[in-house]
Amino acid sequence: MSTAVHDHTHGHDDHAHHPTGLKRFLTTTNHKDIGTAYLWFSFAMFLVGGVMALVIRAELFQPGMQVVNPEFFNQMTTLHGLIMVFGAIMPAFVGFANWQIPMMIGAPDMAFPRLNNWSFWLLPPAALLLVASMFVPGGAAASGWTLYPPLTIQMGLGMDLAIFAIHILGMSSILGSINIITTILNMRAPGMTLMKMPMFCWTWLITAYLVVAAMPVLAGAVTMLLTDRHFGTHFFNPAGGGDPVLFQHIFWFFGHPEVYIIAIPAFGVISQVIPAFARKPLFGYTSMVYATASIAILSFIVWAHHMYTTGMPVQAQLFFMYATTLIAVPTGVKVFNWVATMWKGSLTFETPMLFAIGFLFLFTMGGFTGLVLSYTPVDVQLHDTYYVVAHFHYVMVAGALFSAFAGVYFWLPKWTGRMYDETLGKWHFWLSFVFFNVTFFVQHFLGLAGMPRRIPDYALQFADFNMVSTIGAFGFGMTQLLFLYIVVKCIRSGETAPANPWEGADTLEWTHLPSPAPYHSFDTPPVVK
Amino acid sequence: MTGTRIAGALLALGPSIACASRYNLQEPNSALGQSIYDLHTMILWVCVAIFVGVFSVMFYSVFKHRKSVGHKAANFHENTLVEVIWTVIPFIILIGIAVPATRTLLHQRDTSAPDLTIKVTGYQWKWGYDYLQGEGEGISFLSTLSTPRDQIDGTAPKGEHYLLEVDEPLVVPVGKKVRLVITAADVLHAWWVPALAVKQDAIPGFVRDSWFKAEREGVFRGQCAELCGKDHGFMPIVVHVLSEANYAKWVGERKQKMAAGADDLNKPWTADELKSRGAQVFAQNCVACHQGDGMGIPGTFPALNGSKVVTGATEGSIATVLHGVARDGKPTAMQAFKQLSDVEIAAVVTYARNAWDNKAGDAISPADVKAARSKQSAAANGAEAAAVMNVAAVPASVAGALASSGDGLSAVVAR
Repeated sequence: MSTAVHDHTHGHDDHAHHPTGLKRFLTTTNHKDIGTAYLWFSFAMFLVGGVMALVIRAELFQPGMQVVNPEFFNQMTTLHGLIMVFGAIMPAFVGFANWQIPMMIGAPDMAFPRLNNWSFWLLPPAALLLVASMFVPGGAAASGWTLYPPLTIQMGLGMDLAIFAIHILGMSSILGSINIITTILNMRAPGMTLMKMPMFCWTWLITAYLVVAAMPVLAGAVTMLLTDRHFGTHFFNPAGGGDPVLFQHIFWFFGHPEVYIIAIPAFGVISQVIPAFARKPLFGYTSMVYATASIAILSFIVWAHHMYTTGMPVQAQLFFMYATTLIAVPTGVKVFNWVATMWKGSLTFETPMLFAIGFLFLFTMGGFTGLVLSYTPVDVQLHDTYYVVAHFHYVMVAGALFSAFAGVYFWLPKWTGRMYDETLGKWHFWLSFVFFNVTFFVQHFLGLAGMPRRIPDYALQFADFNMVSTIGAFGFGMTQLLFLYIVVKCIRSGETAPANPWEGADTLEWTHLPSPAPYHSFDTPPVVK
Repeated sequence: MTGTRIAGALLALGPSIACASRYNLQEPNSALGQSIYDLHTMILWVCVAIFVGVFSVMFYSVFKHRKSVGHKAANFHENTLVEVIWTVIPFIILIGIAVPATRTLLHQRDTSAPDLTIKVTGYQWKWGYDYLQGEGEGISFLSTLSTPRDQIDGTAPKGEHYLLEVDEPLVVPVGKKVRLVITAADVLHAWWVPALAVKQDAIPGFVRDSWFKAEREGVFRGQCAELCGKDHGFMPIVVHVLSEANYAKWVGERKQKMAAGADDLNKPWTADELKSRGAQVFAQNCVACHQGDGMGIPGTFPALNGSKVVTGATEGSIATVLHGVARDGKPTAMQAFKQLSDVEIAAVVTYARNAWDNKAGDAISPADVKAARSKQSAAANGAEAAAVMNVAAVPASVAGALASSGDGLSAVVAR
């Protein structure tokens, strides 16, 4: 009751009177606060997952077992994957959605502010479960993030904690996505038709539908694992007539759309950044929308390309091979459109643009190795090798993460009202770019030459590339501390940012709002012509 | 002039990159492997060509269309014809690649008319080979990593084939179509030898097949390619491809050795014979988890040294090895070892009961194991698979024996 009175007496345009400190974030229903919480949470998880990656790389620095034992190594690969996918990358883009979607469509806030608060606060307990699982008897899940049974049925308590964490993380994503869909469909400013929306909003609308369709499938899969483990069912346990391959079908029916749940919002950020720094409208907006939707739809009919070596019928292999290669067409359209947007623009290369170009260059490489992998006979040689590891890190790190960096640098002035240090930002980009390639480019060679993934020790012919990769990984990890420094410095002491520091940025948050953006973005909706 | 020199250098570089296995797929040893190799090379160059094309345009733009050189932004943002062109051309390229890819795939999946059929079974963490049909039929053995522990721990210099060497390699004749029927006993594994272009998941409860036809004699090495637990990185595959004559010789020797070396089920085994045979069985099957000193790995794999299950009632010791250990109806890392012979189980149980600080002082006879096994199969009444790793299905007498060993069971299953 007192809250209601409080709100009433202060009126809706009073931005200063809200709780401070942790309580502000516990009770907030404001999309900007929640967006901030998502972004800091994901960065913290990024560091946790990053340290795990460094443990993996430290063990692989030289042949022989030096740093950890094989069980712990497997726990690290598992937790690194789960934490990076569900704890770092997905929440980061939900953070972007929270901050940007209301501002970009001219709305005051998200459609369901309290649900929004809950979506976020589901995350920390889930993260805690994952991290705590390392300290229970038997340790954390050590089955890889794909959780394939029957190995998962052998695991200890840590596996159950991981399953509950996945349930909670999935719930958070689904609720967040429902919020995003409702906001975009109902709260656009007058005159902003769907086909006038900024590309970032389009990509999130499509992604949110993917989340709502795919995450429950994962929840089902891990629930079946849980009942197999504890309640006497035999969905996946062959000892009771179950089928281990069934799990893989269900998992990847979620898992492949998941790849695009991560990639498509990244496409959205890039589609905002490149036009802004090319000072030229996005080329082929309509075809970009259709290409994104096509990728989303195709993502549901290609899942078994992760399972070419399970021994499915050759007809199924042919179908999934053809369907998978088809994804190259809309993905190609997107890359061509971005390049055409740059063509005959008036380009400048501030940090967001550098990361966007880095994204374009490296993500396309990841796309091409994906095409190589889509051909079944070739995949049979490369499946479960470091080639695959290299491939998906080009898509996840140089793709999604670089895009997130581009987005942070692009929107930091709007979020904080201050400019980041451009010189340091450029250092961050170049160090990330170089170390990323040192880490992951050589892994293509390792995979081609026959090094399986998820092994804690390896034959001598893989030694030198592993050493190179480890050096790159530590360099990449250290570089991200520079990013933390840049952001903190920007918040504390950056120069004051104008309403629109970028010449070519033309979406509503730049044209209609001051920097920093007010607590409630648009009390009266702007009219879009 | 310079142009031709660069082109020449590129031409020289191209094949050298394509052939060096350090940077590329391993040199194939089969026609199928060669066609996969060529398919990969073709796709790679198509990708490189498109990549270079697209990014030449982008970098041209980056250097020429920058604000700092005074370039003014144009304002075009749509062109349907261009969009159609760059949708259709990739589509045509994909069809172009799909044709040879389909041909290779159909070849790859044709396992018909083999000269030799071998069953491959993945275990945590070794491979089992059973020659089912063709020359060598009846041969059967397990294949385990032979790299010594001290090389892995770094206390001894690493050998040339570190982690890619086994005690018993798979032996096949050159130029014969070898069909592999692949399965697993516990969790997923994958049998992979790059040079033979075979990678097939080994799935418990299911049988999948694959094939190869080696063109050259030699030794070819691979590894398990599907995460299967702690020693996933330590279960390599070695294939010796022999000439037909040498293969026939190997089959002859192998069969002789099997006849001579088979444990005689009927002879009376002394305690010492059992112990020394048991030490061998332990080294092959148990040492990976329970360690040579019998102390296991605290918190993960229980110690056998001092364990009440090991030194308690003999029924309990035998049942643990024969059926594995389940907790709450789900299998643990202690799998069933029923694939071992009665003599082997008797030997290894005797060994464990009397090794290290354990002083049970008795010997288990193969007949005891045989009795435990037949009691089990009668009780399970055909539901063999379900019973393998399930304490609930162990006969009451055995369960009672386990319970009578106090907290021994929980000591074994505590992980």
